[in-house]
Amino acid sequence: MTANAPLATRTSNRLAHNPMRHWGERLIEGALFCCAALSVLTTLGIVYILVKESIVFFSQVSIVDFLTDTQWTPLFDDAHYGIMVLISGTLVSSTVALCVAIPMGTVIAIYLSEFATPRVREMAKPILELLGGIPTIVFGYFALLVVTPLLQKVFPELPGFSLLSAGLVMGIMIIPYVASLSEDAMRAVPMHLREGGYAMGSTRLQCSLKVVVPAAFSGLAAAYILGISRAVGETMILAVAAGMQPNLTFNPMEPAATITSFIVQVALGDLPHGSIGYQTIFAAGLTLMLITLFFNIVGIWLRRKYRENY
Amino acid sequence: MEKQDIATIRAIIARGKRWDVIFAIVGILFLAVGLLTVLALVTNMALEGAGRLSLDFFTSFPSRRAAQAGILSAWVGSLLVMIVTAFAAVPIGVAAGVYLEEYAKRNWVTDIIEINISNLAGVPSIVYGLLALGIFVYQFGLGQSILTAGLTLALLILPIVIVSTREAIRAIPGLIREGSMALGATKWQTCRYHILPYSLPGIMTGVIIGMARAIGETAPIITIGALTFIAFLPPIPGVDPGAGPFDWLTSPFTVMPIQIFNWTSRPEAAFQENAGAAGLILVGMTLAMNGLAIWLRYRLRRNLKW
Repeated sequence: MTANAPLATRTSNRLAHNPMRHWGERLIEGALFCCAALSVLTTLGIVYILVKESIVFFSQVSIVDFLTDTQWTPLFDDAHYGIMVLISGTLVSSTVALCVAIPMGTVIAIYLSEFATPRVREMAKPILELLGGIPTIVFGYFALLVVTPLLQKVFPELPGFSLLSAGLVMGIMIIPYVASLSEDAMRAVPMHLREGGYAMGSTRLQCSLKVVVPAAFSGLAAAYILGISRAVGETMILAVAAGMQPNLTFNPMEPAATITSFIVQVALGDLPHGSIGYQTIFAAGLTLMLITLFFNIVGIWLRRKYRENY
Repeated sequence: MEKQDIATIRAIIARGKRWDVIFAIVGILFLAVGLLTVLALVTNMALEGAGRLSLDFFTSFPSRRAAQAGILSAWVGSLLVMIVTAFAAVPIGVAAGVYLEEYAKRNWVTDIIEINISNLAGVPSIVYGLLALGIFVYQFGLGQSILTAGLTLALLILPIVIVSTREAIRAIPGLIREGSMALGATKWQTCRYHILPYSLPGIMTGVIIGMARAIGETAPIITIGALTFIAFLPPIPGVDPGAGPFDWLTSPFTVMPIQIFNWTSRPEAAFQENAGAAGLILVGMTLAMNGLAIWLRYRLRRNLKW
């Protein structure tokens, strides 16, 4: 009895409500929450710094000039701040890239999801993933030193830097993103829809294009939007292969600067903190963010509009 | 009449099947374009850079003479930046993933965090560079240092680590949690001794893919103002006499992708050979890391039976 008593006390003590243990658990939960909340802080930080420096920028440059001027010479004595010049470069190169990435990505996705045997699919997906993992600077090197000379054999008048060759390589770089997301979307289409299609006597291709693709459209839209964001935000391929001189053009055969390659160009130089040149890159960054935001909102709208529930 | 009908139907079927075959061929062709691009890229760099690949290339600093230039400061810089990135991104990313899967209640705060993480994954990398330039370099006064670069890349790959952690944790059946809690473990003890060890291979896959992405990132590092010509090494404790244990964190640096960019933008062909050789090493590293991650995931999928 006397031997049992301390044991009983000990056990009951250990099982008793232990505020210290409770505190430890609360502390850990708090710490984990802080880590998760850091992502929100990152977004707030991005918005804060872009808006803060842009406000200073727009106190010296009028928004009307920013949007309508047809020259972009922020570092010259006769400074012009026409963002249209950079936007044109971004739009042309992205259009070239998407003309490659969206058709090829979609066809690859349809092939992998509807035509290929599981064995082929198991082999193709890792290869695509590896393609997506190659650093963009290496793609830039490839565009400048391999693709441009090749294109010059077809178009002898093509200059050494061009939006065309940068855009083409960028398109190939984006294929894996478009293909793998589109394939996931198509594989999520329930089998009974396909079976319905086949029961009506359609061929594989008819069933893919007329049943699976429409059913997976919201997923495809998401894949395309991701491709667009990648193209608009891509930097190094353009900085290396498209030249960095501002050029208001819609001709892909010309060299031009984009929003992103302008930021790189300025960052490579030595701009004093707080100068107007320093603030232009934040104004350019804000423009870039607004363009990606616009496409993301379009993406959300498309997904809402075309979402299919099975 | 009937015979004709059957013949027409057969013709329609044959035409449909012909299109099937054509489409399949186009699909394979497009896949081949992707594969051939990788091959062409690697072969081209190997042909250009093979002559430069030697031990000296790894142990020399960049130089104004192409034949003497090497990547010593670049690979050491990349390695040190990656160490900072890993030390920042892995604990924070895994903790965030554990919180969202195991602790978070379904409410608007959680919704905001989740939407935010998926949005961050789509933010162009150069914008992270602007964030780091404005906040880390000037606001926090960290300067254009290895620490700044490492933290920037950590923020960049955080969504990748969080998403893969969540996927790995989600694959663990609820039975495990119930068993652990039935034995009196607290929530944290369940995570610490069950959830984390079992999800480790999945988390590793995500971490490796994230690190492979970080090692090839150029734009954000250029934006924070990393120098392109560095002919010295950061003070490494144990190697340099008098180097404090954390002095290297504040040192100027360059990394592999910036060195490649620098050499690619020079007009002389000799420097482009250097770029080819350095590019080959960088691609080799990222392909190896991605390959390891894919293999790890494949093993995982095959061996895992709950």
